[in-house]
Amino acid sequence: MAGQQTLDIEFRGVSKRYGDVTAVHPTDFAVPKGAFIALLGPSGCGKTTCLRMIGGFEQPSTGQVLIGGTDMAEVPPHRRPVNMVFQHYALFPHFDVSANVAYGLRQIRPRLTSSEIGRRTADALAMVQLAGFGARKVHELSGGQQQRVALARALVNRPSVLLLDEPLAALDKKLRTDMQIELQNLQRELGITFVLVTHDQEEALSMSDVVCVMNGGRIVQLGAPDEIYDRPADRFVAAFVGKTNFLDGTVLESTDGAARIRLANGMEISARQSGAVAAGAAAAVSLRPEALRLGAPAGETGLSGIIRNRIFLGSTAEYAIEVPLLGTLLATADHNAAQSDLLKPGDRVTISFNPGAPLAFPASDNKTSQRETSHVEVVS
Amino acid sequence: MSGAARKRLVTALLLAPAAVWLFLFLVLPFVAIVVFSLGERAPAGGYQPALTLAQYANLPARATAFWNTLLLAPAGALACLLIAYPVAYYLALKVLPQRRLLLVALIVIPFWTSLLIRTYAWMYILGGRGIPAWLEMIGLPELRLINTPGAVLLGIVYGYLPLMILPIYISLERLDRRLLEASADLGATPFSTFFGVTLRLSLPGMMTGFSLVLILLLGEYLIPTLLGGGKVFFIGNALVDLFLQSRNWPFGSAIAVALVAIAVALLLAANRITARLSGARQVDLL
Repeated sequence: MAGQQTLDIEFRGVSKRYGDVTAVHPTDFAVPKGAFIALLGPSGCGKTTCLRMIGGFEQPSTGQVLIGGTDMAEVPPHRRPVNMVFQHYALFPHFDVSANVAYGLRQIRPRLTSSEIGRRTADALAMVQLAGFGARKVHELSGGQQQRVALARALVNRPSVLLLDEPLAALDKKLRTDMQIELQNLQRELGITFVLVTHDQEEALSMSDVVCVMNGGRIVQLGAPDEIYDRPADRFVAAFVGKTNFLDGTVLESTDGAARIRLANGMEISARQSGAVAAGAAAAVSLRPEALRLGAPAGETGLSGIIRNRIFLGSTAEYAIEVPLLGTLLATADHNAAQSDLLKPGDRVTISFNPGAPLAFPASDNKTSQRETSHVEVVS
Repeated sequence: MSGAARKRLVTALLLAPAAVWLFLFLVLPFVAIVVFSLGERAPAGGYQPALTLAQYANLPARATAFWNTLLLAPAGALACLLIAYPVAYYLALKVLPQRRLLLVALIVIPFWTSLLIRTYAWMYILGGRGIPAWLEMIGLPELRLINTPGAVLLGIVYGYLPLMILPIYISLERLDRRLLEASADLGATPFSTFFGVTLRLSLPGMMTGFSLVLILLLGEYLIPTLLGGGKVFFIGNALVDLFLQSRNWPFGSAIAVALVAIAVALLLAANRITARLSGARQVDLL
């Protein structure tokens, strides 16, 4: 664990209950200074509650939230060194763009001079490429522009941590991709910690240095995006982050880090495993669609099936392949103009994959729900 | 019949009852009043055709009624506003949602009894056998409450408070709570958040309530009659006097037209102020 000074946010045994409902189970985690961390999970997983506890809009039922090493228990939102980009932006409808951005500056005591406020407001607007938009009314702006105003408003006070609550959810896909890049650039330039809440796994993977996957009020896995994707901690993470196929099977042999598994169709494969599968138990083997290679039928060996559907996505195509006894598998293949008519619904194909691709989980994965506390740390 | 023509016909049919109603009971009477106001009093009372502005020139004769109305109606509306705002704020932002309905009902329930009866009750409370008598019993000097401007103001606030609370409550209830959080997040104290965001965004509700109460008060007759006696009289009382007692219809009509003009002017001003202060959208009261 890193030293106290380099941690921006720390949760110590933080939990949140609303009456009988537990939104966040006791959680410990730490965010180092300057990190871009994404809290990722389905709705109701507790990610927004965590963000709101950092912002001071919710009080933890137990535990401590520390910002920059200071316990925030008695500190109201307006005295915390963090700022938030709200979902749907929460811009003030009765102010123009400049007044929205300047709002935080006007709260500073002793008061800033109006020329100082004007200069810093203009700088903040320029930073989000909205120079010259100061006199516009908020409702005259497009969704993307409102998003930028919200960003400028939250950054103008130079917070040590920026909280982003589903900031891109309301934008269309093209704009969202642009804003993802822009947010990443901003974070690198400013060097301040970004905490992003999202239910969009693509957004979490592409933008952040660290992804914190949450489910049912607990942290399920915390790690670098590629780690989360390639070595998901459990079946939930494997299914939630990216697309995957689960093949049913029985564990024949389990050794440290690897397992022999007989699939439901009788085929035997070896799979990586994170330690939870025991010999004789039922297992689910995860195989990512892009790990599957499709080929012309060749004898009786290996996996084979019939293409039932093809979804053309431009650079890639997704195939739904019906495999006897294993169900329908999803495979992604790069689009190749010369071969585009090679595979079509009704065709028989063989499916192969690299030996390292399969990853085995216990079939009924209760690991997450049985664990009472989740303890994960980021090492910077 | 084409679709567009059909649509227009349906719209016209739907609007017709309201249009006929407004024409018969608003436009026609108002035209009649304007015509009357330019005429003369017939020797036996009533109206006699003429074309003169003499009635308007005579308006200062009823200056007291105008002063009372123009002082006590806005003062009453303002008092209602000041009392209603904290109540509406509490109802909209502080009370537990499951208790809210009950409290709103408690505010509305007095409306189920006639204002006349409720004002009579005040007449008793403020009158000789009411509060002054109780105060005398504990040895305090004699106090006059009934038939004073204060009594009229009290009656006004009592009678019109719910009408002020409801629109303010609605505008505060609709207020996006995230705006308050955003304000706090940006470093505003609860005090600054209230004046910078909450109050500003509830202005349309305040203005609706204020205008509603003000318009009704400008024509108020009952409360000044019962609680003001003959001493604190409004334009409404002057109109009753002129039309029913002295049968000076033209002069009464001139006063009525002046009252409408004042009401319109006040509303336009209120509308303009709200639009300027709340910035974003134009608020339509007229």
